[in-house]
Amino acid sequence: MIDRIASFGRSGLELVVSIGRAGRFLAGVLSGVPRPATGFPLLVKQLYSVGVLSLAIVVVSGLFIGMVLGLQGYTILSDFGSEAAIGQMIALTLVRELGPVVTALLFAGRAGSALTAEIGLMKATEQLSSLEMMGVDPLRRVIAPRLWAGFIAMPVLAIIFSMVGIWGGMLVGVDWLGVFEGSYWGNMQASVDFFDDVVNGVIKSIVFGFVCAWIAVYQGYDCVPTSAGISSATTKTVVYSSLAVLGLDFVLTAVMFGNF
Amino acid sequence: MTQRTSEITVGLFMLAGLAALLFLALQVSGLTPKSAESTYTVYADFNDTGGITPRGRVSMAGVTIGSIESINLNTETFQARVAMSIHGDVDNIPADSAAVIRTSGLLGEQYIDISIGGEMDSLEAGDTFYSTQSAMNIERLISNFASGK
Repeated sequence: MIDRIASFGRSGLELVVSIGRAGRFLAGVLSGVPRPATGFPLLVKQLYSVGVLSLAIVVVSGLFIGMVLGLQGYTILSDFGSEAAIGQMIALTLVRELGPVVTALLFAGRAGSALTAEIGLMKATEQLSSLEMMGVDPLRRVIAPRLWAGFIAMPVLAIIFSMVGIWGGMLVGVDWLGVFEGSYWGNMQASVDFFDDVVNGVIKSIVFGFVCAWIAVYQGYDCVPTSAGISSATTKTVVYSSLAVLGLDFVLTAVMFGNF
Repeated sequence: MTQRTSEITVGLFMLAGLAALLFLALQVSGLTPKSAESTYTVYADFNDTGGITPRGRVSMAGVTIGSIESINLNTETFQARVAMSIHGDVDNIPADSAAVIRTSGLLGEQYIDISIGGEMDSLEAGDTFYSTQSAMNIERLISNFASGK
């Protein structure tokens, strides 16, 4: 009995310690001011692997999610004879919720796990410590560009996701099911506010991008440098990022749209 | 992958993001870039505003001519005072026109319709509509009908 309580307490302590380590790690990464001449090419390389290469999965998922929303929304709304409101429903769902959240989940799976595995393997093959031997700060050289790349790429991906989803919804709603195109866009424009809905969605995706990139690089940097350690760090990245995104989404939604 | 190629693709990626943001702003949220368009404000007092909201539509003969700026309670008359901004090019609304709250369709959103009067003078900025007609409230309609009034 006492042993169980002790192990419970130990896991609580470990949690607090790892949160503290992650915070110190983040402070270390952000405190180093990157020099534009050397930092910029590194950032571009990471933006390519984190952002551009994630574009395909984001566009395809956005298209299908928009099309499914169109189909489901039409079925439900046509019961009330108000299928013209489908544009409003699709746009608000995507811009406020599904755009940032689904993109962040895809981002954690597609880019976050790759970041963790890459950094973890660098640690296991002692590339990070050899950088340190050469007098190069691995936090600044390896970690910072990856963190910033995730931070920058995520909102761009979420915006593209929302746009493609709205277009996919139009494909199903207007071109296939025959909702009048004018009322699709008109209802949408009447109900979506740029600052309340679009900008808040972008703020959400910035927060999610930051959290996902932070978890991914920290898990990679902190992993046990063995093959089993890298695999468990990669799993942890995806699990923790997904949970953090969904939990934060509730908090952000309550703050942004809760009206209190 | 050379540095140059990845720079170009990242540039295109950022441009695609900007284009998508522009699409969300202009096409989805209906944000118009001509924000400096001249408008003037007129007021109307309603007994019951029903479900109209700020940024709602103000129309005349079905054509949108402005939007609802704000809805406040006038604590002296206990009526709702609605401020509407009307497009500057619609500057000849007859002074005896009436502001009527209508519903588009059976379940659609409510908007303010301006029924045109016949007077030669027109409403100026800051004027108040002389006659208004409040939102049709189905519950009140039914209770009036049931009590035989």
